[in-house]
Amino acid sequence: MSTATHTRILTDEMIAEIKAFFPRYPSRQAVTLPALHVVNEKLRCVPLQAVVEIGELLELPPAVVQDTLSFYGYFKQDAPHGETRAWVCRSISCALRGADEILDHMCKVARMHPGECSPNGKLTIEFAECLGACEMAPCMLTGEVLHKDLTKESAERFVKDLIGK
Amino acid sequence: MPQFEPVLLANVGKPESHTLKVYESTGGYTGLKKVLKQMAPVQAIEMVKSSNLRGRGGAGFPTGLKWSFLPKDHPGPIYMCINADESEPGTFNNRILMEDDPHQVIEGIIVGCYATKATTAYLYIRVEYPRSYKRLQMAIDECYAKGYLGKNILGADFSLDIFLHRGAAAYICGEETGLIESLEGKRAWPRIKPPFPAVEGVFRKPTVVNNIETMACVTQIARRGVDWFKSIGVPSDPNNPRDPGSYGPKLYCLSGHINQPGCYEAPLGITCRQLIEEYGGGVWKGRKGKAAIPGGISMGLLTEAEFDTPLDFAGPGKVGCLGLGTAAVVVMDETTSMIDFLHNSCRFFSHESCGQCTPCREGTHWSLSMLERIKAGKGRLRDLDLLLEIGDTIGIIPGTTICGLSDGAAWPIKNAIRKFRGEFEEYIKRTNPTGHLETKAVPALPILAGAH
Repeated sequence: MSTATHTRILTDEMIAEIKAFFPRYPSRQAVTLPALHVVNEKLRCVPLQAVVEIGELLELPPAVVQDTLSFYGYFKQDAPHGETRAWVCRSISCALRGADEILDHMCKVARMHPGECSPNGKLTIEFAECLGACEMAPCMLTGEVLHKDLTKESAERFVKDLIGK
Repeated sequence: MPQFEPVLLANVGKPESHTLKVYESTGGYTGLKKVLKQMAPVQAIEMVKSSNLRGRGGAGFPTGLKWSFLPKDHPGPIYMCINADESEPGTFNNRILMEDDPHQVIEGIIVGCYATKATTAYLYIRVEYPRSYKRLQMAIDECYAKGYLGKNILGADFSLDIFLHRGAAAYICGEETGLIESLEGKRAWPRIKPPFPAVEGVFRKPTVVNNIETMACVTQIARRGVDWFKSIGVPSDPNNPRDPGSYGPKLYCLSGHINQPGCYEAPLGITCRQLIEEYGGGVWKGRKGKAAIPGGISMGLLTEAEFDTPLDFAGPGKVGCLGLGTAAVVVMDETTSMIDFLHNSCRFFSHESCGQCTPCREGTHWSLSMLERIKAGKGRLRDLDLLLEIGDTIGIIPGTTICGLSDGAAWPIKNAIRKFRGEFEEYIKRTNPTGHLETKAVPALPILAGAH
């Protein structure tokens, strides 16, 4: 990493939000996941420099924070995910009602592989393991919105609305 | 139609059921008041112990007994962790409780913390449940305002804080020591036990870890009494003095090839067939059932002939399943390919193995590799024995891993191949007519990437 990229990433607002978690736990390290969530919500990823700065706040070596981050595939590091991050469930209850076909179809319509972000930055499609909404299978979660009883048609409409076709 | 009057789900579906106002108007927090006024903590533990309540998270360990393992006269702090990392495929009952009746859960947590003398509770909630997170936070805020949480709760010498802690989409965080490690800010690698969490848990202090539905049951036991709880379900086996029985109501999740998927409350011990027919309106599209998962994918498979198995803590084990698990029933109709089912199961566990123990990390990976190959028409009959060899040797039951994730990975393999071997053999012979007898090593196929 060149020194030019070492500008501070955490804003005062993020730092305040992270520090507000301190009194909840007897250890600073326990604030790791909350801190990663704070950064991820703002930046849609957690760049390495943010890991370094979280380490400073939590009095941890950056490698310790990075070790935790790398365990949870939830936090992207290289580039932000799309404005909408679509999680298409592929676990058994959804799979029995056509989830794999829906995921394939969405990726085909968007001309993307799972995990990629659309060129306009609006949509990342990822597969997910059980979203805990099996009575609404096949389902998809985008942020706080749960899309239930998906069909190829409704999934296609969703993709096209975001990538503009 | 179902005869059982729902208790745990009594408020679900009512307007504003998630608010304190509605909860209190239906008897909410009367159980807590009774416990705080009439019982010492040790009596509250005794109440839960004598109810024979068994944990609803999957293992079915008696809750009161778990609480009584905490060291006596510990100077504190003692912690309670609530496991809301509900991730077992097919399971969604905790989500419904948290979204539609969060106060019922919180009341149980307060009673539980009073009994165990815990002064802080961490509710570990999966990131896939943003709505539950909001509803719980709203409910917790209401509780602080009303004096149900905070210092000297309802004037008693008892203070409690509840904090929500969000996970980051990892199934292994539902394992209690994986949860503890994750809560401490580390990778969620389960711990070797002993020491058990009751002795040394989160932040190296005595800790109890309980499931959401378990805490809702505690609420109802406090409100309605032990006798009420024990009037429901399946009594202990009189010939086995160590059998705690299967008492109380249970939230069964029903999904898959079913006419009316949903979460249904019934007494423990209802059969899988009753659940499918009387609650779920039968198998969809007028088809016959072929198999069902009895309690989350980890538990293995019931064949259609085994649908009369009672879904209590002892039932599924009697027909070769791992256990009752989360009581999430996933129904498969007669057109379902068992190869597709097993592929899906292996894919899940390969994705979710935390990678700490070699037998699980490698076993789940190679079983998926083999299923990918079988599915693509390159299977060999020998693969079935290799899969069974993996299934029989990974997990805490054969004693090769730290946690039970790989027992859950093994059971679907063992049940699917042993109960449906003919179908697997027929598929392999039909799709790989020239190579199914091959015994030399064959190359693996690429596996799809791109999850969160």
